Amino acid sequence: MTDLPTDLTRATAADLAGALASGAISSVEVTQAHLDRIAAVDGQVHSYLHVDEAGALAQARAIDDRRQAGETLGALAGVPIAVKDVMTTKGLPTTCGSRILEGWIPPYDATVVSKLREAGLPILGKTNMDEFAMGSSTEHSAYGPSHNPWDLARIPGGSGGGSSSVLASFQAPLATGTDTGGSIRQPAAVTATVGTKPTYGGVSRYGLVALASSLDQAGPCGRTVLDTALLHAVMGGHDPMDSTSIDAPVPPVVEAARAASVKGMRIGVVKELGGEGYQPGVRARFDESVALLEELGAEVVEVSCPNFEYALAAYYLILPSEASSNLAKFDAMRYGMRVLPEGVDAPSAEQVMAATRDAGFGPEVKRRIILGTYALSSGYYDAYYGSAQKVRALIAQDFDNAYAQVDVLVSPTAPTTAFKLGDKLEDPMAMYLNDIATIPANLAGVPGMSIPSGLADEDGLPAGIQMLAPATKDDRLYSVGAALEAALVDRWGGPILDRAPVLGAAAAKGA
Amino acid sequence: MTTVATDAVMDYDEAMTKFDPVMGLEVHVELHTATKMFCGCPTEFGAEPNSQVCPVCLGLPGALPVVNEKAVESAIRIGLALNCEIAEWCRFARKNYFYPDMPKNFQTSQYDEPIAFEGHLDVELEDGSVYRVEIERAHMEEDTGKSLHIGGATGRIHGADHSLVDYNRAGIPLIEIVTKPMVGAGERAPEVAKAYVSALRELLRALDVSDVKMEQGSMRCDANVSLRPRVGDPLDQAQLAVPLGTRTETKNVNSLRSVERAVRYEISRHAAILDGGGSILQETRHWHEDTGITTSGRVKSDAEDYRYFPEPDLVPVAPTRETVETLRGTLPEPPGLRRKRLQSDWGYSDLEMRDVVNAGAVELIEETVAAGASAGAAKKWWLGEPSRRANAEGQDIVTYAAGLGLTPAHIAELDGLVAAGRLNDSMARQVLDGVLAGEGTPTAVADARGLELVQDDGALEAAVDKVIEANPDLAAKIRDGKVAAAGALIGQVMKEMKGQADAGKARELILAKLQ
Repeated sequence: MTDLPTDLTRATAADLAGALASGAISSVEVTQAHLDRIAAVDGQVHSYLHVDEAGALAQARAIDDRRQAGETLGALAGVPIAVKDVMTTKGLPTTCGSRILEGWIPPYDATVVSKLREAGLPILGKTNMDEFAMGSSTEHSAYGPSHNPWDLARIPGGSGGGSSSVLASFQAPLATGTDTGGSIRQPAAVTATVGTKPTYGGVSRYGLVALASSLDQAGPCGRTVLDTALLHAVMGGHDPMDSTSIDAPVPPVVEAARAASVKGMRIGVVKELGGEGYQPGVRARFDESVALLEELGAEVVEVSCPNFEYALAAYYLILPSEASSNLAKFDAMRYGMRVLPEGVDAPSAEQVMAATRDAGFGPEVKRRIILGTYALSSGYYDAYYGSAQKVRALIAQDFDNAYAQVDVLVSPTAPTTAFKLGDKLEDPMAMYLNDIATIPANLAGVPGMSIPSGLADEDGLPAGIQMLAPATKDDRLYSVGAALEAALVDRWGGPILDRAPVLGAAAAKGA
Repeated sequence: MTTVATDAVMDYDEAMTKFDPVMGLEVHVELHTATKMFCGCPTEFGAEPNSQVCPVCLGLPGALPVVNEKAVESAIRIGLALNCEIAEWCRFARKNYFYPDMPKNFQTSQYDEPIAFEGHLDVELEDGSVYRVEIERAHMEEDTGKSLHIGGATGRIHGADHSLVDYNRAGIPLIEIVTKPMVGAGERAPEVAKAYVSALRELLRALDVSDVKMEQGSMRCDANVSLRPRVGDPLDQAQLAVPLGTRTETKNVNSLRSVERAVRYEISRHAAILDGGGSILQETRHWHEDTGITTSGRVKSDAEDYRYFPEPDLVPVAPTRETVETLRGTLPEPPGLRRKRLQSDWGYSDLEMRDVVNAGAVELIEETVAAGASAGAAKKWWLGEPSRRANAEGQDIVTYAAGLGLTPAHIAELDGLVAAGRLNDSMARQVLDGVLAGEGTPTAVADARGLELVQDDGALEAAVDKVIEANPDLAAKIRDGKVAAAGALIGQVMKEMKGQADAGKARELILAKLQ
């Protein structure tokens, strides 16, 4: 077994799991180490919206007791985890980064959260996100942005920037995410961490506060491909509470990550993803990764997905349409914020709804509700929502054609490295363009993964490479991801996160 | 009671000389599945407010719907019973609008892909003629919660101080059955409307898919009415070719009688407006059971925009043709045909059958006959005291009998005791009283109360002799062939026997002795 680092927060989840299983360490020790780390650095990074110290330690203690009693436990039992604040957690606040849900304590667990609890992963807390997952930077969180541990003045990606920055700053070995248009993959790319958007239906959506139901997919986030696979196996699987859940076993992701082989695979480079608008350093790291894959025994060809050009436009009709309906439930009637309109005597229910939604939703949420309401209006439905659905079918067709030629597709995950906080806040289109490479997978329901490809020369910040596989073939992502990761780490001489700046008290001392 | 400005109405008969009415009925039926449409909550009526709720039917963030397969089956069976096509593939859709008693602020319904479409129901009118109601569609949806407005005079939101919401009803499966425009009914439009809702209710009851209790809201009717100028007889091609007028939709007409009255009222109200040169405002109307009028609700335009789109949280419903045929095999005999068959089996006149139907006693009589009673006796006993008492209690006979534990087997047993000569009619009535009072089965009641015809022929003969001797005049009349006079003697014999004699036997004996 690998020797654990003295600082337990620097260990991989797989190594922690091994040490826990052997009895070398306890879950309480590991959990406490992470709570200490959170106390030391989260003031700088602001990854967490809520830390559940007592709950996490209680769960850790319970797992230690069960292990002592000789129970057979799951592979990740005792390894702590951070949960994106979009997932309902019984007894723990769930805000989705919105004021409108401030103070709401859900009475039930999301299926993913139940699975984490059953598998014995202590929940450290809830991670920050763009409000209702609308954004690529966490700047749309009502509770303030998270910061990129590589450069605290920069964004950690979004919407899952809380989860990505948690991992990159060693405040948890694992985290959950949700990906509607890239919210797992883009944050992973800009923080040099790993994230997978599984096949649509591969992980239950029950208890995920919906953004766009037909696009949302929960998935695992980690620092290594194997860690991510281990978490994927825990989160995934059929859920009778989610009608769109796939009734089939989780693909063999852990086996694939361990095998880490691309020999004999055909890998397609998507022509339309990676040209103009992509930062040179991002492209350079991508090209090197592709060359590495070839060296590892894969056959690389270029494939064309001509309709990807329309993906962003279709996405920004479908997403707001569904979101406008999904977010209608926030009406001050049953939970969450309740605001009385000013200067109105005995306001009606409608007036309270309007005042609450006005005060409770941020500008990006309002923008998308208005867009979606418009797109679904009679007289516009066919032109907007209807056309977008046709584009969606064409994009799925592009994927089908591509997968007839290759096993896996690759592209840069995001066109640029992390931009500065505030840089794109006033320009929604520039913000939306961050997801240009990740959105097609959501529209088609196919799985995708981002792993670090290295640091861009021009700014020294992380870039990511995205792998895409056919629906239900999530395991292929892990085969390719793990093989490439091993080759890259070998080239780098160690995990890339070792090169990230030191945070916390140590950083303060050094400064 | 608030005063409402009453609209002018035209005399109905006069209205019919000038206008041709067209109706469209939308009936919402709550299915009596054990659980709700999209979650596992119970559907029981009358439970403590907000006690039958969960994250799904409360629309909590993150919750997702799962379709109740039983409800889909019921919807298909209803569609088949209404002679509809069943969709091979259809989806749910979201109907988006804000209302406090709707947890998600959209209703999960069906839009342009209903589960059942293009059907018809033949409706028999009072005079035996048949009107065919064309069915446009039957689709699945979920009910909303119930708002209770406190502090106002009318129970409506206007003038109320505050409102309470009960979400127990939210998510109960609903089937909405929509007719095509009902044309050609002419002056019989109100009767046709009532007969349709009545036939539909009977059909749904036979399908055993709903409680169909209009008073509890498990069956609710919205009646659309419009008038067009009268140019000929209702079924004339020229009349049918006249374009439809503007309609109003009268909501929540919740009894059969009200359906008829509301349609009639709206016809008279429209007629007065149109005749005065006015035009009809397309709007919803509220029906007032007490005053028999409608009042203006909200203005409804064709442009009302529910922003329907396919429900992304649910997968399409695609019943296989095998499933549909299997379900077709479970359909009951159509109520109209069944009634005709039973009437002929039982030998009832049309009038007798109508009494039985109106009393809601068809099933009770069927079971009673199956338990061995004669059809005549079954009708006599059920439509007698039990029916009278049920009426007095304001209950239907089935519910009333069930509440008291009176069963078809009891009635058959009672009839058996009479047929076997143990009880006469008046004794049987006393026994039935005992059963209704919860004293046990008919035999047990008869035993406990010591009710039994005297079978000792010697005692009867002695009583007959005594009565003949005491009434020489009557005896002479009978000897002269005036057999009707025997009745008076029988009465005295019964008195002599303290009622515990078989009147038939007494008559035989009297006639034998005097002829």
